[in-house]
Amino acid sequence: MALTLRALLGRRRALLLLPMPVLLVGLTLIATIARSPVDHWGLVVFGHLGFGVILPLTALIVGSSVLGLEIEDGTITHLLTKPLARSEIILSKLAVAWGVTSVATVVPLVLSALIAGSPGLAVGLGVGAVVGALAYSAVFLALSVLSRRPVALGLLYIMLWENVLVQFVSGARVLSVQQYASTLADGISGDRLLGSTLPAMAASLLAAVFVLVGTYVATSRLRSFRLTGETS
Amino acid sequence: MTVLTEHDVTTGAAVELSSVSRWYGNVVAVNDVTLTVGPGVTGLLGPNGAGKTTLLHMMAGFLDPSQGTVTVGGRPSWRNPELYQVLGLVTERESVPGFLTGWQFVLAAAKLHKLTDPAAAARRALAVVELGDAQHRRISGYSKGMRQRTRVAAALVHDPSVLLLDEPFNGMDPRQRMHMMDLLHTMADEGRTILFSSHILEEVEQLSGTVQVIVAGRLAASGDYRHIRRLMTNRPHVFAIESSDNRRLASVLMGEEAVAGVELDTAGLQVRASDFGTFTRALTKVARAEGIRLTAVLPSDDSLADVFSYLVAQ
Repeated sequence: MALTLRALLGRRRALLLLPMPVLLVGLTLIATIARSPVDHWGLVVFGHLGFGVILPLTALIVGSSVLGLEIEDGTITHLLTKPLARSEIILSKLAVAWGVTSVATVVPLVLSALIAGSPGLAVGLGVGAVVGALAYSAVFLALSVLSRRPVALGLLYIMLWENVLVQFVSGARVLSVQQYASTLADGISGDRLLGSTLPAMAASLLAAVFVLVGTYVATSRLRSFRLTGETS
Repeated sequence: MTVLTEHDVTTGAAVELSSVSRWYGNVVAVNDVTLTVGPGVTGLLGPNGAGKTTLLHMMAGFLDPSQGTVTVGGRPSWRNPELYQVLGLVTERESVPGFLTGWQFVLAAAKLHKLTDPAAAARRALAVVELGDAQHRRISGYSKGMRQRTRVAAALVHDPSVLLLDEPFNGMDPRQRMHMMDLLHTMADEGRTILFSSHILEEVEQLSGTVQVIVAGRLAASGDYRHIRRLMTNRPHVFAIESSDNRRLASVLMGEEAVAGVELDTAGLQVRASDFGTFTRALTKVARAEGIRLTAVLPSDDSLADVFSYLVAQ
């Protein structure tokens, strides 16, 4: 697990995680200094930017890298030639992805909400981000074992499904992690700042289903991992 | 000399393949192979693309056979991570995380094996491959041979009774080769089952008594190396000869028993000899007796694939 963390944070890709949170905090600072009420800009900054872009993209970069990079460069064989249950490997990778994504998203979101003077919103955004990070990580980790192009597939899900389809087909939000995160944030903070429409219980249950299915699929695929692409 | 352990090694488990085939779409990579690899060093020999890696991957649990069964110590290798308690694998692909030092890499392997004393196991494995001096440098700065030895150390760290190595001598200098050969021999003497693949005949000759020759996905020959070597030295050899009088030499050589055929063209004289030793002795004798001066005698360099095709035909 420590090595995964080191491999992850030691790469240049990790730097991609930095600018977005800075932008989030910066925008909040500008709005607060301008004395604009949070209701006017909260949906755009926390909803669209925070939960719509920063959370899924961070989870995608991290979740597709924790195991995907090892599969890509072949070092996965070192891990797989150990007498470890495949579920153990997946769960430890998921834990790292979840932890890193949570830290990278919760800190700027909570900080921004506090700057905006709303502790209730800070707790809501924090919980929403932590749950969303787990669900996203499970999905993107599974994609990295299922496909050689996890980032492309993940981007399709984020951009097409979550940001386009959900706007036009209301049923699509049932399978949108972003909607779960927003629902939980709204439910806990007590106001409907993020405009969520799912019932909180349904959002929690669906998020749990995402985590379980993602973990199960990733584990069973890893169990049947085939080495190919080398000279026969 | 004991390489890894002070205690007796449990005798290496046998790797057994029974009527194993593996295909990718329409391409058959391995075709109905049945073989058993027991304790000792066994060479898996064959030209590039013959199916050696596919076979090794199936033995190591990284590929499922399309047909047949692959077992190690009686247990199936596919979807069986517990296998790695007794099996070590060194793949051909040289991927190692370059950001780690050799020590960190081998120590991590020991920890993942959940060994009781990972540090001691890592130290021992690094000493076995003679990487002690360089162990605290980053792998990214290692030479090809050093990386290879690091991977061998990681595969040995849990003291496996079965060790599979895919082209282990690639990129090693002669001294490192010798050392690796000694190491594999010593480990085999301790009762381990060692299987290594190679496309170089001499490597196999120096290392192992038992050979499995694989050509185009099929098991072409199997057994003692000396037997296979004999088949190979007895095969027809082709020589390109230039002399002061090619035509006369051709006609005289036709009378020799060791000569199977002669071809004369503008490029010179091509002689097919049925026996290497007898022919080379006869050639000089005949040339001297006829007063013909030999200016060039070149054994044509058979490609390995030709040699293997010959074996298949036997």
